[in-house]
Amino acid sequence: MSKADPREQIMIIHTTTAGLQGAGAQSQEAQAPSPAYAAYLRRENRRQNLISTSRVLLLLAFLVLWEVLARTHVVNPMLTSYPSAVWPTLLDLLREGDLAWHTWATFRATLIGFCVSMVAGVAIAAMLWWSDFLYKVVDPFMVIANAMPKIAFVPIFYIWLGAEYSIYGMAVAISVFITIMVVYEGFRGIDPNKIKLALTLGATRRQILSMVVLPGSVPTLLAALKMNIGLALVGVIVGEFQSSSEGLGFLIINGSQVFKLNIVMAAIVVLALLSGVMYLVVARIEKATVRRYS
Amino acid sequence: MRQETRAATAGAGVNAANRIEIDNVSLRYFTRQAETQALSGISLDIEPGEFVSLIGQSGCGKSTLLSIIAGILEPSEGCVRVGGKPVTAPSQRIGYMLQQDYLFEWRTILDNALLGAQIQRRDMKESRERAIHLLEKCGMGNFLHQYPRALSGGMRQRVALARTLTTNPDVVLLDEPFSALDSQTRLAIADEVVDVLRAEGKTVVLVTHDIGEAISMTDRVVVLSRRPGRIKSLHRMEFPSTPGRRPTPFEARALPEFNNYFNTLWDELDVHVEG
Repeated sequence: MSKADPREQIMIIHTTTAGLQGAGAQSQEAQAPSPAYAAYLRRENRRQNLISTSRVLLLLAFLVLWEVLARTHVVNPMLTSYPSAVWPTLLDLLREGDLAWHTWATFRATLIGFCVSMVAGVAIAAMLWWSDFLYKVVDPFMVIANAMPKIAFVPIFYIWLGAEYSIYGMAVAISVFITIMVVYEGFRGIDPNKIKLALTLGATRRQILSMVVLPGSVPTLLAALKMNIGLALVGVIVGEFQSSSEGLGFLIINGSQVFKLNIVMAAIVVLALLSGVMYLVVARIEKATVRRYS
Repeated sequence: MRQETRAATAGAGVNAANRIEIDNVSLRYFTRQAETQALSGISLDIEPGEFVSLIGQSGCGKSTLLSIIAGILEPSEGCVRVGGKPVTAPSQRIGYMLQQDYLFEWRTILDNALLGAQIQRRDMKESRERAIHLLEKCGMGNFLHQYPRALSGGMRQRVALARTLTTNPDVVLLDEPFSALDSQTRLAIADEVVDVLRAEGKTVVLVTHDIGEAISMTDRVVVLSRRPGRIKSLHRMEFPSTPGRRPTPFEARALPEFNNYFNTLWDELDVHVEG
């Protein structure tokens, strides 16, 4: 359907029934912009450019400061390393193939932990939505489990689950409780009148869950997703500290034990990039989906 | 379809399934703080194809009565029968239109209209055709694949009407369906809704706090008393000024009968503005 078609229809209805908003705003765009509007756009663009430039400058300033302070021994380069030393280490690690492998190990473990905790979190939240009694019973335990510093369980998970699964276990433990709570709140936040509407049409509880509550909670689910990706990464790194022979967490702990701060810093830089990229991917998905829910 | 035709179908007994019998219905509900008698001994027969409105002050239980007819609330005493069969749960014979459209923003207009058919696991091909037909009749034919956010309030309520009628219920319950619209849109929509509902031969119960809406849209107005809600009086809306046919809601507002009914109902409602 061409762009002009629905708008034309809107105008027709407008004249027959009155009481329509939004049709006027579009038609104004067709006119040539006034000089004041052009100036406004220029100002907005300039401001946007200034923000982008400032971000790059801030990063550069940080790197330069780090380099200079370490080189002039204001801070001990043994303890902090410095960018021009980290960079060759980064290249070395890459060339030997290790870095890509470690990054992949961390990424894969994060993805697994994060998927498990999303699925389990949504399933448990759905159960709590289904049974208010169950929710009231387990609510205080959930609050305590969520507030608990899960890192305390790292050694126990290692004993219980072994080297590989303790890492997934940690990722899930850190992110699952908050997922349950956020998703449950999202489910509860669905307009009760939408549920009433489905009821008047004869919907069963299962249909209300699948046709109203779940699709209506997509924005919440995506917000939980965005939050989870970071939490799962924390769990994986902590898990790798304890038990792994691969992954960025292993690189960090190993590098620090043999006092090779270059390796530690290189791993942290990669970790920052990895979390940034994962966050951006989820944020992009969120933006594309949530538009429909406005 | 006007009054004569409706009388004819009723006489032939074709649409006997649309008769609503409300038999001595009472409702009490409990909270930890108190017990409340919301409705008390309500009996009312609504003929097939008849349009009846319930008016009364807020809190008099008119929406509650509608929920009982719809089967989402169970009366403490008495029962409601539609087409002779007692209503115990939400039924496919009954369509319910709420105060707002509550369109699902993640569904297109057409998919919104098909919600009921999907819930009731109806033949989707047939329902799709019916939904498209109804949306076209409501002037929404060009918006089938758009999302609700693109629509104005009046257009959204038209989609809600199509959604209610897609499952082809015998009885349609309207719970202040225009209260969220601005006043010009209300007048325009009222005409369209009445037109579509009469053409479909539905029995209609309208809950409203707008006396003018009750007079202009329905055949009979039921005034409920303050809580506990009882039937205070019944008024048949007749318009001799337009002999042989029922005026449209918009026309009705300009007729002399309208003011008379308005004054009568105003007195019946016994409105006191507090403060």
